[in-house]
Amino acid sequence: MLTAIILLPAAAAALLLCLPRRTPRAVHLGVWAAVSAIVLALTLVVWAGYRPGEGIQYETYARWIPSAGVGYHVGVDGLSLPLLAMTGVLFLACACYASRETRRVRDFAALFLLLETTCLGLFAALDLILFFVFFDLSIVAMYFIIAGWGHRGAARAALRFFLYTFVGSLALLLGFIGLYLAADPHTFDMVALTRENPLAGRSAYGALVLLALGVGLAVKTPTVPFHTWLPPAHTEAPAAGSAILAGVLLKMGTYGFLRIAMPMLPQAWREYALVFVLVGVVSVLYGALVALAQTEFKRMIAYTSVNHMGYIILAVGAAAAAGTDAADARRLAVTGATFQMVSHGLLTGALFLLAGVLYERGRTYEMAAYSGIAARAPLFAALTGVAVFGSLGLPGFSGFIAEFQILAGSLGPRPVATALAVAGILLTAALLVRALQRMFLGPLRLPDTAGASGAFADVRAHEGAAIVPLLALAVVLGLVPRFVLDVIEPASRGVLELLAR
Amino acid sequence: MTEMNENPLFLLPEVFLGGSAVLGLLLGAWLPRHRQWLVAALGAAACTAGIAAAGVAAAGAPVTAFDGAFAVDPVTSTVRIVVLGGTLVVLALSTAPLRGQARESEFHVLVQLSGLGALMLAGSQDLLLVAAAYLLASVPSYALAGFLKDGPGTEAALKYFVIGALLGVLFLTGITVVFAAGRGTAYAQLGGTLPEAPAALVGTGLAGVLAGLLFKAGAVPSHFWVPDAVQGSSPPAAALLTTLPKIGALAALYRLLVAPLAGSEVPWPEVVAVLAALSMTLGNFGAFFQTDVKRLLAYSTISQVGYLLMPVAAAAASARAQPALLYYLAAYALTNLGAFAVVCSLPHARTLEDYRGLLRRHPALTLSLIVCLLGLLGTPPTAVFLGKLEVFTAAVDGGLAWLAVVAAANTVASLFYYLRWIRPAVSGGGDSPSHRALRPPAVLACVTAAASVVLGIAGGPVLGVMTGALAG
Repeated sequence: MLTAIILLPAAAAALLLCLPRRTPRAVHLGVWAAVSAIVLALTLVVWAGYRPGEGIQYETYARWIPSAGVGYHVGVDGLSLPLLAMTGVLFLACACYASRETRRVRDFAALFLLLETTCLGLFAALDLILFFVFFDLSIVAMYFIIAGWGHRGAARAALRFFLYTFVGSLALLLGFIGLYLAADPHTFDMVALTRENPLAGRSAYGALVLLALGVGLAVKTPTVPFHTWLPPAHTEAPAAGSAILAGVLLKMGTYGFLRIAMPMLPQAWREYALVFVLVGVVSVLYGALVALAQTEFKRMIAYTSVNHMGYIILAVGAAAAAGTDAADARRLAVTGATFQMVSHGLLTGALFLLAGVLYERGRTYEMAAYSGIAARAPLFAALTGVAVFGSLGLPGFSGFIAEFQILAGSLGPRPVATALAVAGILLTAALLVRALQRMFLGPLRLPDTAGASGAFADVRAHEGAAIVPLLALAVVLGLVPRFVLDVIEPASRGVLELLAR
Repeated sequence: MTEMNENPLFLLPEVFLGGSAVLGLLLGAWLPRHRQWLVAALGAAACTAGIAAAGVAAAGAPVTAFDGAFAVDPVTSTVRIVVLGGTLVVLALSTAPLRGQARESEFHVLVQLSGLGALMLAGSQDLLLVAAAYLLASVPSYALAGFLKDGPGTEAALKYFVIGALLGVLFLTGITVVFAAGRGTAYAQLGGTLPEAPAALVGTGLAGVLAGLLFKAGAVPSHFWVPDAVQGSSPPAAALLTTLPKIGALAALYRLLVAPLAGSEVPWPEVVAVLAALSMTLGNFGAFFQTDVKRLLAYSTISQVGYLLMPVAAAAASARAQPALLYYLAAYALTNLGAFAVVCSLPHARTLEDYRGLLRRHPALTLSLIVCLLGLLGTPPTAVFLGKLEVFTAAVDGGLAWLAVVAAANTVASLFYYLRWIRPAVSGGGDSPSHRALRPPAVLACVTAAASVVLGIAGGPVLGVMTGALAG
């Protein structure tokens, strides 16, 4: 079942590439949207059959390269299932959003389908090499999306993205090899490695492996100081690409912390948790401050991603704090971190798609070029408003639940750091509301650059079909989060038990 | 030395290839010009038969032939299959551009002889036989490098030959010194005598032997010929120069270091590790700003030897080194030949800029190019990725974690120039020249690219075959 979900998009991509050149555009886009919808439906079937609290389910294991300790091992649990579902939703939204795409549609659809396979595969992988394969392939697919369909400076930004994340992936690979060699018998199987805790009592070795894993995942997340690839990549990527990059690809890093680093290196993680707390807080504050200084809408959203990812790093760092009395708080922090991944995926995905709408009308992201759009495009203004308020963590949205849990959970173990991080919320609120006010209120002013149409058309049907469900889901998760939390909570309890070894 | 084992059937693949080369030479003298492709067909038949024979031999237990001078074990078997397959690819690549030329059959014969030299290098367990195999692998390559008789080709051949002759002399000197130190040339004997010999003497001899074998492998410090020879020679010859001799040389190096030098005091693992690091680094830096595709691939091959030397350096300390080396050899050969097949299919595209807009004109070919270049980089799920994984693991396992870190950093650096090639190919624009792609090499490029992905996914059983012990 999981295998089918993972491989279906890739198979569809191969099919698209085999179709003759003259196939109409609508066929490619139709296949893309249909496959994304099927994948999402299958994911929901998996969710319906998932029994919370009973560990890894839907497991498939096949021998792949036994002499190297590599196997094809997939499965879902409470950490991966919400992310799988979020991935499915976001890809379907991007398929809807791109239904008016005209440039080399066949390749575009095929690349996105390939990317979907890598994302789903990564969240379902239970083997380190399988994880790595999907991790690396996602970089390749995203590189071609940015380089092929991005804006003016796309080639440079794509190269930078590739170089940075590839460095990260190789550090990750070295860390995996370190884990592999420490285990007896040598294996890359995540379940076995988690059970075995191969580096228990080997403090120096564990620190080195954690360093390699930490660098690799931090680049992908990205945290300060490894975030410099993110703003250009986001700014130059096409809207759908940015949405996937921020919504799904960034989660690969944070997911890796929860899935690999914490359970497999509990001792080293506890020793160096303070580093992660500090990195998290710095990311929160630095991301918010730099976002405040941005003049471009899309760049600003990109920096708020650094800020939002910082909360997750703070939470996973705080979760390692000593003391049994804080057990509930730490569980809250880990649950919040996972919830934040889903929430951020939905909200930032929506924001980037909205930025794409803006660019399509005005051919620039410069916030100073726009003013008073609300009068011309009320629906666009309303949707952006909803996304912005959701993103800054207003109650009633998923972001609030996530950030509340993270901060409430981290406050006990790490009071000072958490207090500083709260300031980050204020900063993001200020900068997002300010951007909203500048662009949407006041007298009407539109950029008069080449290619811009005089009128600012409101959100079209296909754009709305992509953006509205994302925001609706964010509201649903903000009002009735229990059905997701019920899935996440047992898993985060499991992570903490593993961490306490 | 009690019993003589001279069963030539153990050398069946070598006999096939040598026989078809000799027969091809005779045939070429008699055949009319438009029928000379028969020589290539004969060579291809010999390669196919040789692969089958090697497969049969691989299934059996390790044996030695000719008084222990030639071993048939996993190393030989793998190299046989890879080299014969590589020879087959080179023959196929060269038929289209050479069709009907005056010296067509000579080219095919030289290719086969060069392949035979690589086969002998891999199986030799006696320094004198290694020396003979070295010459057999070298001399036809010199001729192949300058086969076009044009300016760059002559320069290529001359440079290749002069450096080869110099390092060949050093190589023979090294063998003499090792002979003096170990009172013999057979590995079985050297294994007993070298550990007791003075380390300085053994080290001096080994330095000479390394100089020669690293020349064949195109590794630092004997790499100076690679860029010029590869750029100057025709694409099929360049494909051969960067693939076949390398495979034989690395297998010979592995065999030499693991068997007779195992107990010696000479710190060869450290030396090889440093050479590996230098090779990959220098190769990468050299490749950075190349604009000629053949030259870029030439520097890339220098850096690839660096990765191939990693398991050799770790051979004494890690049991994983042998399958890692052999698998990486196979993966590298396949991927590198695939990249050269793309170059062969576009004879008019010499610089990176000539590839601009290739995706529009030849989508399948471009896809093969991307797969091969990302494959050389080590992106999953291509074969080199698994090779790199194994090689890194062997290095870390063998106590050379620093080398694995250097290799990882180098992999990132290499990303830069492989992308410099991919980027114009996939981006739009470019003057759409009327030059069409040659069909046979283009098909071959697609086949090798697909094969490198298949080998990557089906790596499990292949690795299992490569794990067996060396013949004693």
